[in-house]
Amino acid sequence: MRQVSDMFEPLSRPAEMIHQSALLVLLITAGIFVVVTAMLVYVVWKFRHRGAEDKLQEPPQIYGSSHIELAWTVIPILITFVLILVTSRTIGEVQNAPMPKNAIQVKLIGHQWWWEVRYPEEGIVTANEIHVPVSSRAVERRLPTAILLESADVIHSFWVPQLTGKTDLIPNRTNKTWIEPFATGTFFGSCAAFCGLQHANMLLRVILHEPEDYQRWLAKMKASAKAPASPLAEQGRKDFFANSCVNCHQIDGTIAKGGFGPNLTKLMTRQTLGAGVAPLNQKNLSEWLRDPQKLKVGCLMPDMKLQASQIDSITAYLMTLE
Amino acid sequence: MNTDIVDENFQMPEPERIGQERGALTRIAQEMVFTVDHKILGLMYIASGLIFFVVSGLMAVAIRVQLAVPGNHAVPPDVFNRLFTMHGTAMVFLVGMPIIFGFANYLVPLMIGARDMAFPRMNAFGFWVFFFSGVLLYFSYLGAPGLYAAGSAPDVGWFAYSPLTGRAFSRGHSTDYWTLSLLLGGIGSMATSINIIVTTVCMRCKGMTLGRMPLFVWLFLVVALMVIIALPPLSACQIMLTLDRYCGARFFDTQAGGSAVLWQHFFWIFGHPEVYILILPGFAIASEVIPVFSRKPIFGYPVMVAASVMIAFISLGVWAHHMFTVGMSSLGNTFFAISTLLVAIPTGIKIFNWIGTMYGGKLRFELPMLFCIGFLFQFLIAGLTGVMLAIASFDWQLNDSYFVVAHFHYVLIGGLLYTIFAGIYYWYPKALGKMPNWKLGLWHFIVFTIGFHVTFFPQHISGFLGMPRRIYTYEAGRGWDLWNLISSIGVIFQIVGILFFVVNLIYSYIWEKDAGDDPWDAWSLEWATTSPPPPYNFETIPEVRSRRPLWDLKHPEDPDWKFE
Repeated sequence: MRQVSDMFEPLSRPAEMIHQSALLVLLITAGIFVVVTAMLVYVVWKFRHRGAEDKLQEPPQIYGSSHIELAWTVIPILITFVLILVTSRTIGEVQNAPMPKNAIQVKLIGHQWWWEVRYPEEGIVTANEIHVPVSSRAVERRLPTAILLESADVIHSFWVPQLTGKTDLIPNRTNKTWIEPFATGTFFGSCAAFCGLQHANMLLRVILHEPEDYQRWLAKMKASAKAPASPLAEQGRKDFFANSCVNCHQIDGTIAKGGFGPNLTKLMTRQTLGAGVAPLNQKNLSEWLRDPQKLKVGCLMPDMKLQASQIDSITAYLMTLE
Repeated sequence: MNTDIVDENFQMPEPERIGQERGALTRIAQEMVFTVDHKILGLMYIASGLIFFVVSGLMAVAIRVQLAVPGNHAVPPDVFNRLFTMHGTAMVFLVGMPIIFGFANYLVPLMIGARDMAFPRMNAFGFWVFFFSGVLLYFSYLGAPGLYAAGSAPDVGWFAYSPLTGRAFSRGHSTDYWTLSLLLGGIGSMATSINIIVTTVCMRCKGMTLGRMPLFVWLFLVVALMVIIALPPLSACQIMLTLDRYCGARFFDTQAGGSAVLWQHFFWIFGHPEVYILILPGFAIASEVIPVFSRKPIFGYPVMVAASVMIAFISLGVWAHHMFTVGMSSLGNTFFAISTLLVAIPTGIKIFNWIGTMYGGKLRFELPMLFCIGFLFQFLIAGLTGVMLAIASFDWQLNDSYFVVAHFHYVLIGGLLYTIFAGIYYWYPKALGKMPNWKLGLWHFIVFTIGFHVTFFPQHISGFLGMPRRIYTYEAGRGWDLWNLISSIGVIFQIVGILFFVVNLIYSYIWEKDAGDDPWDAWSLEWATTSPPPPYNFETIPEVRSRRPLWDLKHPEDPDWKFE
């Protein structure tokens, strides 16, 4: 899977706005760079000191020239003025964009070191992956997603370069951002503000669906859990509820109501484990249960010292949560 | 030399020193501890800055080793976080600050024709306070476990955003070492800055009006004023953080209703002027070196002074451009984008004036000049990436990415460090009496320049590709692998370059020829005394009539004072 998140390949309306102004700024700065470097190279080459006899005589002593100095004061002022207009316009466009009434509402809560993703209108809670529908470039069929950003502990920062720039998740404060993607697929982002030991492994994926597929995904997330099919999974369910898993994790419709760790109700709908530290599959899941500290040093889930049989059974149970 | 300032045949008797009868090492140690001579203190500042530079440079090497390939296990995450925190903190407070203060200490009194700083003992106090703040910071590796047996060196990043520094998230004493070390260093910086201001204002020799002061002195006057304005907020928030951690204050404790953003305002209202506090001394050195090796006076002296004052003034109103992502209103973002872009105007004027100084001159490519040309080119890049970061909307993408890392290394290495090298080579003959070796210096310049660009240029690109800074590892396939590998390879060149520099410093001192009073045929007053200068600097206090007193002496037929 191509996982490159190049900010110069924007696929969402705010990212495109940023991209446009960025291109203009790059062009202007590249122009300045070429001109000034050319001046510098010319001067260094043309006026290099030649030969020993050259040393005897000093060049004409010039103290300044108000005309020339005025010229190279006015030109930067004009360029700066253009840049000010560019940036003011884009800031307003992105920050004050009106959201249509049908915009999807998502609440993203940063934790050390994972993302809690809530859909308040749908009553869905998941983690580390945001599912949203694609929008349309036609204004009347716009379907943007408004994202509220909060933090449970320290400062984190939401950044999916191809969808939009960063906005921080700050405790005691609600920030807003929005995306309006135009292409389906999986997009990669990460926490951009240093948030402690495992800052590097606080990865985020945004999965973009066609609107119909998004509805199907919603329906799947809302469907009630199936009973565990195999005896091993049934044993795992008992083991899960007999251990302290329930203190930190929530599984909707059960007594597991912990809010400290990720919600596990639809665990197996996710692509990764531990906020992107490993792909989510049976092997990694049982590895995680054996000792989360092996896969993600310092993560806040302790080694529960489960027995081998418990690890197998709980893994089997968790695999049924989809 | 045709001068009446120095009589070369006159020999002052060697003054008696404390402990002269003891062994050489003991005597040097004693001299260092007891000295209040601005020149010895200046050299001690620079030497200790260079030692901290090597130590925290080696920490950066460890960082680059870890990031050379994806999924590397060379450095564990906790150690990595300490490395970049200590690297950043040390490079700013224990390398940049002392080296620039070292230059100021050594040169300001000489350039204005004074015998010492205004407050020599406060000068020594400032140095020792700084030195112990550095020792305190590094002692955290041993001392920080404290009673809690948790934590080691600080690991919260050099700007230490709350609430990560609160007791809930930073157990043990590592953050306290960081806080106290910066508080202590701040006291030293304040003392030195007050001293620089008083010296410049009160101790100029006869005829040295403000308008005739060397640009170097002007810029350090501006820097010292900025330190006095910018440092108190830093000290204040360190005290507030300590109150939070130990006295139950709740300034930054978000769980008790404190504000995490408040810390950022306090920190950056110091932190952004700090960037200019570090780069203006670079401008100061370039403004001395470029004219001398172009054989022309600085182009547009009054404008250069005005531009420096303007930079200082504007820089006090731009701090929140470090905070474009915290969710300010569009009005706030626009204000700080505009104020930041305004800095480009005086900075542009300065670059043009340096090029204007070289225009029509006869450029001599001595070592200081080479490094200043490198500085001009690299600082141009740094300035332009700075413009990109000032565009708030672009900054939403670039902030906290590797692009920022590349940007400020172009400022601080490509800009400041290159002028520090230039300054060290330029005044080496004055301070130590020997010429620096040109060939070794040329190798230093070439190899280090290659290493610098190979290391830091690719980081612009990995930033564009979405790589956040301060990650200890990354997975393969994000498009970052190649750029990180190139970046790590560049470090090898940088190490070799620095080795050439260190070897040059030692080699030249032992084997190079004597420099004489004025080896570069320069024009400011420090070249009018012996190399190294005597403790009293000048036998008779000189009197000046223009910005280039030594030019006037050497060219009585065409003196500057006729034209100024």
